[in-house]
Amino acid sequence: MSTKKTLFDKVWDSHVVKHVEDGPDVLFIDRHLVHEVTSPVAFLGLKNRNVGVLFPNKTFATADHNTPTINQHLPVKDPLSANQLKALEENAKEHGISHWGLGHEKNGIVHVVGPEYGITQPGATIVCGDSHTSTHGAFGAIAFGIGTSEVEMVLSTQCIMQPKPKKMRINIEGELNFGVTPKDVALFIISKLTTSGATGYFVEYAGDVFENMTMEGRMTVCNLSIEMGARGGMIAPDEKTFEYIKGREFTPKGADWDKAMAYWETLKTDEGATFDKELTFSASDIEPMITYGTNPGMGMGISKSIPNAEDLEGGVATYKKSLGYMAFNEGEDMIGKPIDFVFIGSCTNGRIEDFRAFTSIVKGRKKADNVTAWLVPGSHKVEAAIKEEGLLDILQEAGFELREPGCSACLAMNDDKVPAGKYAVSTSNRNFEGRQGPGSRTLLASPLVAAAAAVTGKVTDPRELMKELA
Amino acid sequence: MAYDKFEILKSTAVPLPIENVDTDQIIPARFLKATERKGFGDNLFRDWRYNGDDTPKSDFVLNNPTYSGKILVGGKNFGSGSSREHAAWAVYDYGFRCVISSFFADIFKGNCLNIGVLPVQVSPEFSEKIFAEIAADPNTEIEVNLPNQTVTILKTGEQESFEINGYKKQNMLNGFDDIDYLNNIKGDITEFAKELPL
Repeated sequence: MSTKKTLFDKVWDSHVVKHVEDGPDVLFIDRHLVHEVTSPVAFLGLKNRNVGVLFPNKTFATADHNTPTINQHLPVKDPLSANQLKALEENAKEHGISHWGLGHEKNGIVHVVGPEYGITQPGATIVCGDSHTSTHGAFGAIAFGIGTSEVEMVLSTQCIMQPKPKKMRINIEGELNFGVTPKDVALFIISKLTTSGATGYFVEYAGDVFENMTMEGRMTVCNLSIEMGARGGMIAPDEKTFEYIKGREFTPKGADWDKAMAYWETLKTDEGATFDKELTFSASDIEPMITYGTNPGMGMGISKSIPNAEDLEGGVATYKKSLGYMAFNEGEDMIGKPIDFVFIGSCTNGRIEDFRAFTSIVKGRKKADNVTAWLVPGSHKVEAAIKEEGLLDILQEAGFELREPGCSACLAMNDDKVPAGKYAVSTSNRNFEGRQGPGSRTLLASPLVAAAAAVTGKVTDPRELMKELA
Repeated sequence: MAYDKFEILKSTAVPLPIENVDTDQIIPARFLKATERKGFGDNLFRDWRYNGDDTPKSDFVLNNPTYSGKILVGGKNFGSGSSREHAAWAVYDYGFRCVISSFFADIFKGNCLNIGVLPVQVSPEFSEKIFAEIAADPNTEIEVNLPNQTVTILKTGEQESFEINGYKKQNMLNGFDDIDYLNNIKGDITEFAKELPL
């Protein structure tokens, strides 16, 4: 047997407490992120079994899914949401878990604040009752979403039981085209693999494009791994990774940092290690992307037209149902389609770099009158940076307002709901039926595409507006 | 939470031949606000099942009295998207004990196994056969035999075997869950934690 190991093997294997015969591995979890929606029943389970939290110092709670994005200083109006937020606060207190609730200076989307405060580290196993936990793979961690039963397992034993997934490597070589962002790279990959193409696999992203990408871009790509069915995605840590995490609140300091670095520098796939599947794409084939259907795999280059059902391999009825929901027709162009809402935010694109990109296009322009825009920072830290960097002034000058942090219209659990039949260009991660509100229609895109739509009121190729600036 | 043991299930089935059914359809996010595991079945497939004014949509299969049973047969890539276990709870709470599909999303499948819903993956051809038999006769009974790991269309006798790992199979047969297992090896876990690289 080959002793060559992939990055994924190295991290997974070092966390296996034991292998159950004809069954899963018992996997030790280094960091458990907890939010208000998927944890209350797990805490109830602890009570029913009369057990506590085994490692409260490896557990971090923040409120994000249910929180309002305006007037956060006032009591939460929805009694059910308020009750969930209270339950998280009480559960965290009872079990000695740090809790960054609504109003806390460190509050924000769980997958934004984890990296911001250095909770996310290379070589760690990280779980959360949220499928976009894959975000943290950007740091060379194994990170994935779990169900509430598993949340209870991790609370009470710091372990879950899962079979080791298969391994896939996705390579993208070359240089990205003008106007192409990490979001476009991810939507491109998903459009090639479909929403189930990586089911059963854990993905490593490799090649020029990911090496040259910022940490924030890597987070966007890893975040969307679940949308092609993968358990998670990861990128080998490098100088950029170490530079990003150094000095953050929860990262090791002094001699501990040196020791950690010595270990982290070994975290890369060995030359000659094998993957169950390996795919290679060329960066030059990617253009700004947009989705036209009701799953993230239904994406295409923004200048293309909606595929015809007859060109698909099966699934025609489902495809037609999807286009029917969107009220789009086969063969139509996306460019020029009127839109009603723009949402920038979420664990996918709610970081400072995303707001910089958005602002770069709206600068000197005005929000279109037919557009309602929701600009929701991923955390208070992002919100502060938007102000400090002077972006807020530019955004306000262009007719935009900034809201307070949270998951917001990505899943519309709070009041930020897109009305039935309306179109939203959204930087979030899912365009499922009703995802952004019952009957809502979502076009997933990058912050640049969202900005272009926000100022023109229709689907617009951002490169057109960027040329004018250049 | 413990669940009823699963051995042999013989039942009619409810067909839902749509691909890529995501967990937002199985249970929309606005119904995830409970702090207890109660009542999720009422909101199973909420927006496909009810109009905006809460009246039932007559063309949705769960509102069609012709179809009933403890088995849900879904299209390819069933349960994709969000990791919400509430989706599996809603399926269970509504009264299903088994979901048959030619392909499952990972997290949904794992969640089902953890709460006592058996996900049975069959070949695309067998899935088509099941859909065709139910379409021809909604009273078609299907037998899911966990000890033998087989699924059978009783009327025609057509059968296919399905996979499940030995550990999970024993859990389902006995109504056990992973939490019991892990709580029993806590000593090993705390010892292991001391040896981690960081």
